[in-house]
Amino acid sequence: MYSLSLHFFYPWIYLKKRIFTFCTIETGQFFSSGHTNNWAVLVCTSRFWFNYRHVANTLSVYRSVKRLGIPDSHIVLMLADDMACNYRNPKPATVFSHKNMELNVYGDDVEVDYRGYEVTVENFLRVLTGRLPPSTPRSKRLLSDDRSNILIYLTGHGGNGFLKFQDSEEISNMELADAFEQMWQKRRYNELLFIIDTCQGASMYERFYSPNLMALASSQVGEDSLSHQPDLAIGVHLMDKYTFYLLEFLEEVHPASQANMNDLFKVCPQSQCVSTPGHRTDLFQRNPGSVLITDFFGSVRKVEITKDTINLTSSVKPPIQSIAEHHVLQFVADVSSQNPKQKDWHPPDGFILGLWTLILLVFFQTYGIKHLKHIF
Amino acid sequence: STYPSLIGQCWQAHPGSVCSKGSCGKNGTRDQFQEELVIRPLHSGDIYASFQFRTLWDIDFLQERQKVSHYRLFPKSLGQVLSKFSVRELHISFTQGFWRTMQWGQPFIPSPPGAELWVWFHDTVSDVDGNWKELTNVLSGIFCASLNFIDLTNTVQPSASFKPLGLGNATDHRFLRYATLPREIVCTENLTPWKKLLPCGSKAGLSVLLKSEKLFHSSFHSQAVHIRPVCQDEQCTSKAWELRQTLNVVFDLYTSSQGKKEWSLFKMFSRTLTEACPLATSSKIYVDITDNPELFELNPVTPLLSQAVVLGDRRTYSVFDLTRAETFGQLCSLNLLLRWKGDSDMLRPLLHAERYVAGFGLQTGEIHTVIYNNHPYRAFPVLLMDSVPWYLQLYIHTLTVTSKSRDNKPSYIHYQPAKDRHRPHLLEMLIQLPPHSMTEVTVQFERALLKWTEYTPDPNHGFYVGSSVVSALVPSMVAMNTNFTQDQPLFSSFVPVKEESSYFVRVYTEPLLVNLPTPDFSMPYNVICLTCTVVAVGYGSFYNLLTRTFQVDEPSLPLEKRLANLIRRIRGVPLLA
Repeated sequence: MYSLSLHFFYPWIYLKKRIFTFCTIETGQFFSSGHTNNWAVLVCTSRFWFNYRHVANTLSVYRSVKRLGIPDSHIVLMLADDMACNYRNPKPATVFSHKNMELNVYGDDVEVDYRGYEVTVENFLRVLTGRLPPSTPRSKRLLSDDRSNILIYLTGHGGNGFLKFQDSEEISNMELADAFEQMWQKRRYNELLFIIDTCQGASMYERFYSPNLMALASSQVGEDSLSHQPDLAIGVHLMDKYTFYLLEFLEEVHPASQANMNDLFKVCPQSQCVSTPGHRTDLFQRNPGSVLITDFFGSVRKVEITKDTINLTSSVKPPIQSIAEHHVLQFVADVSSQNPKQKDWHPPDGFILGLWTLILLVFFQTYGIKHLKHIF
Repeated sequence: STYPSLIGQCWQAHPGSVCSKGSCGKNGTRDQFQEELVIRPLHSGDIYASFQFRTLWDIDFLQERQKVSHYRLFPKSLGQVLSKFSVRELHISFTQGFWRTMQWGQPFIPSPPGAELWVWFHDTVSDVDGNWKELTNVLSGIFCASLNFIDLTNTVQPSASFKPLGLGNATDHRFLRYATLPREIVCTENLTPWKKLLPCGSKAGLSVLLKSEKLFHSSFHSQAVHIRPVCQDEQCTSKAWELRQTLNVVFDLYTSSQGKKEWSLFKMFSRTLTEACPLATSSKIYVDITDNPELFELNPVTPLLSQAVVLGDRRTYSVFDLTRAETFGQLCSLNLLLRWKGDSDMLRPLLHAERYVAGFGLQTGEIHTVIYNNHPYRAFPVLLMDSVPWYLQLYIHTLTVTSKSRDNKPSYIHYQPAKDRHRPHLLEMLIQLPPHSMTEVTVQFERALLKWTEYTPDPNHGFYVGSSVVSALVPSMVAMNTNFTQDQPLFSSFVPVKEESSYFVRVYTEPLLVNLPTPDFSMPYNVICLTCTVVAVGYGSFYNLLTRTFQVDEPSLPLEKRLANLIRRIRGVPLLA
């Protein structure tokens, strides 16, 4: 049957006519994600001119995210050093991602929220958990709620279980997992996509334990992520391989695109990337094949058009109120029924055992073995 | 109405409604906007372009009962900042590069490298420090800059150097706060929100020329926002808020023009102008044509000329009025071409200052500030303000001021010593400069040892000391214009002229970069590796010597011999070897 649904798309509004019931499968998918707004936190953690590629990585994701509709007020961009106006840059106010200066990812309309020395582990965790000093301006805050889909992108130098910030401090995978759990407890996200492009990046998402998290990394534990290509005029490597191919993939995506997460997992196979990209979806409740790329990278507003008239007179009010009340009660029930995650019991580790052995040895040495029968 | 219409051949918007005093009330528009660009060729071949965008708003923020909720041309973010923090004057500038006074002359609006913020608060404010802290945070969000690093360790309260530039003769410097961040980087992310404050954004008028790729590829780039209350007429019957956004840029002869003294708007900004901002009451370009008129060529020719006395010099300007359609000619776009041959004599700047650090090693040093008075026969006093961070501990007893190798005692000294981790040094001196002389101010200092958490992630780069400020009323060769006229060009009305015989000049010196004694941050790692190796090798060997016993190990027999031994054991016969 000829489907009478029509697709209109503006830069960030995706309208769908819900009049005809032929589209029931699409409408089911339409409301399946459950988010109403999108946020992005993009962090580059490296300082110094030779880490130009990390800034270019972050800016290329920023560019894609802006192009697909997330506005500057919903993006927290953190760049640890300034490459565009660095005195070593032969083309000031530009950051290129492709060699021969083909694509300037810095552009003319960029707003960096945290820059230079402000990019620290403490500020990053404060942004995620929302515990900022009261005088922090709005553009530096992550004002997400429980219906927000958040994209978090980290890049820099990392190792097995840590990510280095500005060559002077580190964030460990446990801290990151705890921060996400704080966000879940405070209902600061609906779903979260975490992408990391560093060496041994998969170690950073090993410890996640909060629900609705999906993670991608550019390399497995024990592997290094490699940089893509240098530009001889600028003199440094411009991008990392994983983010370069991610950018090429995202350039094909437009706000109405139906590409899903399974396509994202296929970005940069080992033949192109040399390292093996990894992903983790066990904490995510939906099937990755039904999650659209634009659920995280774009800001797609869903608008429902109906031809029925809704009467907002006083006689109709009580039923609407009770529906609202019902929704509120349902929500409260949902929240309270979600028990805090039961942590699995682990046997005590070596340190505790060794300590108790030492204590027992000293005791029996002083008082003699004959007291053993009094213990058991 | 501001809908564009076909005037002649070009699409032009109607000029904005002229709102002179008295005619504002009826349709409610109480603000007006003017934009201006001044192009001044410098004698070294470089070219200096100065943009000024001014919004005048006939409203009084300081009246408590008046709640402002409708913003038209004045940006809402700044208006809310002014009313919330009871700000009377706000001056903020972001500069990349250093202004070379000896090669380029005096700028219209001086600014130090990095970020500079100075604010006069209204005298009803009870907690100035609290307001200052919140104000810096809010401004860091508006301008995408790290202004939140401004705190009490780099804020000073100058007593005489920064008098209000607008109305009011406040002398209580407890309501003044001044801070600079010499390390602050200026890039497109600072220009983007600055452009969004303009009424026309970057879509129409002179602001279309503000393209970051060209602006930051220059020798000097400075963007600033100045907010102050002003009088709207000579008798000062009505007051208004003035917001000036200024952008000064100097394009280098060799990097932007390939060594040729031929400049055009397209070469400088990679854009040409097609229309004035429809919301502007006046939109003009002034080109300085005073120097060598016979060797100077300006295309397209304009009959409008204007004379102005600015910075003690009478200059002639060609004026291009963008609100008139004829300016854009047949092609509906304006591209100014300037060409000149030969050199010109530059008027030697009368006041000039330099600063450098002398000494060797990482313990002590000396700061030298040198101020030049190039006037041939007049002496005049200057106010020198130095704000040195607490980790350079100044020894004020070693302060010497010498002019022409003789001691020169300052007539006014205001010194506030530093408090470790709380307050920087503040030194303000009024020094009389003899004519045609060089005055040197030296003071010795000692470098402090910081705590290891106070070092930046790249401590070997060094630590910055903000520029010194030299403010003076320099005697003028030409009589300055003290009359108040509405049509005065913006560049000559920035600093209020109080008397005819002198003009106000502020000169900023270079910032200093000093190295502090920096510990080796890799030492904890090195110590752990070394200690663990020594302990493992030393104690391990010792333990083995004491406790290891040697046992003779019988070699294992081949299979048939082992079977034979098994049978022999059963039989009870001695075993094989």
